[in-house]
Amino acid sequence: MNLKATIRLAMQALIRNKARSMLTMLGIVIGVAAVIVTVAIGVGARTSVQSSINSLGSNLIIVQPGSVTTSGARGGFGTASTLTVQDGLAIAQIPGVSAVSPSVTMRTQAVANGNNWQTIVTGVAPTYTFIKAWPMAQGTFFGENDVAASSKVAVLGQTVIAQLFPNVKDPVGQSIIIKGVPFTIIGTLVALGQSGVGQDQDDTILIPYTSAMQRLTGQTTVSQLMVSAASATQIADVQQSVTTLLEQRHHIVPPAQDDFQVRNLQSIAAAASSTGAVMEFLLAGVAAVSLIVGGIGIMNIMMVSVTERTREIGLRMAVGARGKSILSQFLTEAIVLSTLGGIIGVVIGLFGTLIVALAAKWPTSVPIGWILVSVAFSALVGIFFGYYPARKAANLHPIEALRFE
Amino acid sequence: MTPVVRVEQLRKIYTLGDDEVVALGGVDLTIEPGEFLAVMGPSGSGKSTFMQIVGLLDNPTSGVYRFEGIDAANLDGDARADIRSRRLGFVFQSYNLLARTTAQENVELPMVYAGVPEEERAHIALEKMEIVGVAHLAKHLSNQMSGGQQQRIAIARSLVNNPALILADEPTGALDTKTSEDVMRLFQKLNDEQGITIMLVTHEPDVAAHARRIVTFRDGHIVSDQANQKRAA
Repeated sequence: MNLKATIRLAMQALIRNKARSMLTMLGIVIGVAAVIVTVAIGVGARTSVQSSINSLGSNLIIVQPGSVTTSGARGGFGTASTLTVQDGLAIAQIPGVSAVSPSVTMRTQAVANGNNWQTIVTGVAPTYTFIKAWPMAQGTFFGENDVAASSKVAVLGQTVIAQLFPNVKDPVGQSIIIKGVPFTIIGTLVALGQSGVGQDQDDTILIPYTSAMQRLTGQTTVSQLMVSAASATQIADVQQSVTTLLEQRHHIVPPAQDDFQVRNLQSIAAAASSTGAVMEFLLAGVAAVSLIVGGIGIMNIMMVSVTERTREIGLRMAVGARGKSILSQFLTEAIVLSTLGGIIGVVIGLFGTLIVALAAKWPTSVPIGWILVSVAFSALVGIFFGYYPARKAANLHPIEALRFE
Repeated sequence: MTPVVRVEQLRKIYTLGDDEVVALGGVDLTIEPGEFLAVMGPSGSGKSTFMQIVGLLDNPTSGVYRFEGIDAANLDGDARADIRSRRLGFVFQSYNLLARTTAQENVELPMVYAGVPEEERAHIALEKMEIVGVAHLAKHLSNQMSGGQQQRIAIARSLVNNPALILADEPTGALDTKTSEDVMRLFQKLNDEQGITIMLVTHEPDVAAHARRIVTFRDGHIVSDQANQKRAA
């Protein structure tokens, strides 16, 4: 008996019992549909997280001072005072760097409009809005002349405005007292929301870094340097160049540890992405279990089918079917059922994905690889779970099979 | 001519727990081509066991069995299946047609396992259905036919490989008297006109009366073997 004849026999047997064939497939259909939908949602979520991290400025490189050791206790990155504005100016000369802004941060009290509020006051350069991709809501940002003159001008985040000017439509032009020094509000920033770690990015006041250093902190060093690479592909090169440059400037020779740290947001993106991958595999694992359950369903029905069709098997044997032909027929039936179930499952899964994408507005994405894997896995399930019932059928004795009531 | 079937001292013993049941206790019989033989006997006489061994559905415990001159007493399952596929035809009491399947597909079934090409299968199936007078039912489903029609389809199915021997196991057991008579006349016609060798197993004398030779079994032995003088006309 050739393959074509075997497939034909199997198809005829399946078509003769349409209802049972459908029910047998159901488990696999649901299993595969579950795989497709869960993977589509998982991959979609991962892609969306990736793109939102990129939009927050994955071209951003942050340089922090190193750790300072006080009485043997190491303070951690940022505690040392080793980074200077001059370091920032030198970094700006590196090819591939599009912008640099020093950042001088302090938590302090601000008073305005008869209200007061403790917030984070950050001294930055005019390039800051470009580096953070943070648009203005009202007014203007300060310029290089304000930096040169250490102007007493401030730009407010939306949270600060809400706390200090609850009833004022446009606070631009008003005065604000920061740590006892009066500043003029020249602009406001649009709401940015929480950062990736849950910090309210709008609870901030931005002032020229010179004003911060000379009028508020009195320090000559900066909290961190924010560096923007010209493109995502140049991040690694720029990071390396920054490290080399700062080692030269700070006279650090290899055995000694760097007194600074250079980081980029790619590592955060990678962490988010790997979390997504873990989720995706978890979902796929659950779906795979449901596929195996579907396979067991096929085995159950095939077992019942073999018993129910005992006389048919006996007849086939009497008219000349070898055990092997019976085995191939039943195995083919199982494989056809599971593969067809897999294909139907893919179609339903794609349809379900579309519904999720449209109704819940979730980003979804179905990789073609998963579709192929699902169908191949279904076929495998058919072979694995179809073999036992098929062998049972093939091992029947023709006389007993014919006599079976 | 080589006899179709030749058995000598054929024995079949079944073991049920500690008991041994002797189904056939040493049977000698020869069936020549063109014979129409009826095997009779009460239930438990061994006639069904004899049919199963002759039909190569089972092997004997001991003894000689030559089918068309070939030693067929100790063949394995595949070899027996191959001979059944090419040289034997079966007709059963309960027809054993595949349900929800057309008459023609049923008739073609043995040829599928014998590897006959598709166009040839259809041609042969229609030819045999014509002989048994059911060609007009070719596209009907098996479960939409009367008992007599189904048995005729089953007989057509037994003819498609031009068998050396047709084994009919109580072929009229499920049919009414009138239809039984029709079916037996068909067997008679196949034997008379086509020279087909037939071995019929029955316990009804009326049915056996259509055969040319009647062999009677009792307790695993042949107790009588004679030509049928009063053959039904």
